[in-house]
Amino acid sequence: MDNLDPIAVFRTEAAEQLEVIEAGLLDLTRDLGDKAQIDAVFRGLHTLKGSGSMFGFDQLAAFTHHCETAFDRVRKGEAPATAELIAAVLDAQGHMQSLLDQPNGDHDAMSTKLLEQLQRAVGREAGAAHDAVLVAEAAAVAAAEPAMRTWQLDFRLPADAMINGTNPLGLLDELRDLGECQLTVDTRDVPALEEIDPRQLHLGWSATIVTDKPRSEIEDVFIFVMDDMVMELKDVTPAIEAAAEAIVAQKTQASDAEAIRDGQRAPTGDSKAQKQADNVRVPALRLDEMMDRVGELVIAQSRLSQMAGSVTDLGLRSVSEEIERLAGELRDTMMVLRMMPVASLFSRFRRLVHDLSRETGKEIELVTAGEATEVDKTVIDRLADPLVHLVRNSIDHGLELPEDRIAAGKPAVGKVTLSAHQTGSEVVITIKDDGRGIDRDRVRAKAESNGLIQPGQALSDQELLQQIFQPGFSTAEKVTNLSGRGVGMDVVKKTIEALRGAIDVKSEQGAGSEIALRIPLTLAIIDGLLVRVGNGNYVIPLSAVEECLELSIEEDLRSRGRSFISLRDDLVPFVRLRELFRTGSEPDQYQKVVVISTGRERVGLVVDQIIGDHQTVIKSMSKLHDQVSSFSGATILGDGNVALILDVGHLIAAGQQQEAQLRAAG
Amino acid sequence: MSEQNIKTDHRAVFMGADDLSVLTFTLNGETFAIEATVVQEILDLLPETSVPGSMPFVGSVINFRGKVIPLADIRVAFGMEAGEVTIDSRIVVTELDFDGELSLIGIRTDKVHEVTRLPASASEPPPIVGMRWRPDYIHALVKRDGEFIILPNLQAIFSSQRAATIKATA
Repeated sequence: MDNLDPIAVFRTEAAEQLEVIEAGLLDLTRDLGDKAQIDAVFRGLHTLKGSGSMFGFDQLAAFTHHCETAFDRVRKGEAPATAELIAAVLDAQGHMQSLLDQPNGDHDAMSTKLLEQLQRAVGREAGAAHDAVLVAEAAAVAAAEPAMRTWQLDFRLPADAMINGTNPLGLLDELRDLGECQLTVDTRDVPALEEIDPRQLHLGWSATIVTDKPRSEIEDVFIFVMDDMVMELKDVTPAIEAAAEAIVAQKTQASDAEAIRDGQRAPTGDSKAQKQADNVRVPALRLDEMMDRVGELVIAQSRLSQMAGSVTDLGLRSVSEEIERLAGELRDTMMVLRMMPVASLFSRFRRLVHDLSRETGKEIELVTAGEATEVDKTVIDRLADPLVHLVRNSIDHGLELPEDRIAAGKPAVGKVTLSAHQTGSEVVITIKDDGRGIDRDRVRAKAESNGLIQPGQALSDQELLQQIFQPGFSTAEKVTNLSGRGVGMDVVKKTIEALRGAIDVKSEQGAGSEIALRIPLTLAIIDGLLVRVGNGNYVIPLSAVEECLELSIEEDLRSRGRSFISLRDDLVPFVRLRELFRTGSEPDQYQKVVVISTGRERVGLVVDQIIGDHQTVIKSMSKLHDQVSSFSGATILGDGNVALILDVGHLIAAGQQQEAQLRAAG
Repeated sequence: MSEQNIKTDHRAVFMGADDLSVLTFTLNGETFAIEATVVQEILDLLPETSVPGSMPFVGSVINFRGKVIPLADIRVAFGMEAGEVTIDSRIVVTELDFDGELSLIGIRTDKVHEVTRLPASASEPPPIVGMRWRPDYIHALVKRDGEFIILPNLQAIFSSQRAATIKATA
């Protein structure tokens, strides 16, 4: 893949712009008078429009233009920022995303609808075509400006303007949009052919523009290049009366002041650019490759230290120890590189909650906490969809309508809390609402009617609550746009399990629910317990290991029929890995049991030998082995051999199944 | 995937050229050839790790330069006996397009011979009758020096073995 594909670069940047716009708009919903945010949104829209048309996203550019116009008026104080306008532009922002995703799709109907909405928000008479925004605007400005004016504009862009991404043609088009415009190109500085550097801009232009727009609007065309360009703008309207001259002078002063303000803004923009330049954008693929290399280095290093340990050469040992330290540090640095704050994950929920609040008529406040918590990038990417599901569920099923909430003695505004924190090698992401909570009777009734559990089956509270993650389960009485189709929650569970995580559910009737996702910090490296079964070495993820004990001979003999050990008065089922893996070798005399658990469920794994803990770089298994469900991956040991990593979730399920069968058999 | 689809014109593997550059090797006395372009490396035998629960066709994995790759025994696909490991035994690492994804797969061989060119003119389609092996597992038979060299269709073998495994475990 070509990393320098300009369209791809544009898409990335446009996506960032859209995020900036969205964040600005959402902030504005809280404080309509926030001038800094209004400016930020306007700049975002302007850039999006400009670069959109530069890269051929014409529909996007045309559509964005209208929003920009609306915001421009707000920015200049000609129109107030209203909640309606912000909402309209927020909707429009969503549409821009689809215009960006499918530049050639048919978006006209949607565009027209949104523009009408925008128009209503701006407070114009309805009924006119969407271009009427422009026309009406022109009329409004004309009312303020007494007459058409003629401007003489001479300008010369900096020679490196094109290298910096400015498209002079776009600027000329914008000038033409202002009114009747005659352009002449100034070719005086064009060097001889052999000296032409095609990247340099050698041209200047002079334009005569007849327009009813104020001076500032002409200057605004150059808002992004103003700092370095040479520009002269003269009012050459014929037969101007002295009085009018005075007005112009005043206006010029005003616009000078504006230019100064712009100038003040520019340096802040520069320092921001400076800050961004400290970051390097690297394709995730390269990071993955580097991670692989580091993994191999760690493996090679552990071989080296094994060898160094077996000889008496002190010099070799000290070098080996030094390399061990360096490799360890390199690995830690590498892990940090892949970490991203969950803020990037949480930020998108502000929009979701805003939209859902409008759709459902519920008043919702979203509280986020612990945004600085960092998680592996892959985890962030994969968590996005499950979190959307969970938040939608909380809002759709959990939160009540304002009147119901007041009746229940709660504040009218429902609260959804998204929080993240790190505990040990896990990150816990919690979605909490203060809604009606999960109705356990309904969950049970539903699970029974769907055949997920037997009628009257004894279940622990947690087991009952976990039923909501079963495929085909949905308690919503009516299917809404948001949720209740019975797909989703099981997908959430699958995704979390694929990340080697777990889900805990807490719920209190009438007071709300809390769903906690526990995810390992990283996917690439785990701490494992290395065990031997027959002749094979296997790794059990250490996070799942509860304890190790010896299987006493009596218990070994007694358990031939039923595989349970009693562990502090609890019966724990166990699985003999030798039998599961059909090793066909003689068992060691003293069998060991490794008790593993996911949350509540525990299973003992009987192994021949416990070798020790082992830091493991996880390698995925090939597709030819993807149906072998006992293993979640493989790793390379210090001696270069491959050891398989046990899939804890699958083994526990197998153990529980065995237990259930034995129970059924009585 | 029906077996009819897998079966291809025996000349297709030559892709219109007059000859094909291949690596030849022996398995249980039969000479096989695979396209030289898919061969990544020829390795001495490595320590293997068997994967419990997998099909005998890909019963183990090896560490190939820090990657864990499956080790396939195409004898299983051709219903041959597993052979003795000798001093000549080698692993041929191939890179195959597998469900649209390039995967590294090691193949056991008894002995690797040479990289050579096989003329398209000497190739024949696998006989429909009178053969022990599934015809769709074979691109073509190429006659040379009085013996037949088998050009196996690795894609077809891996796809159908995998399908069989999924069926068996489902």
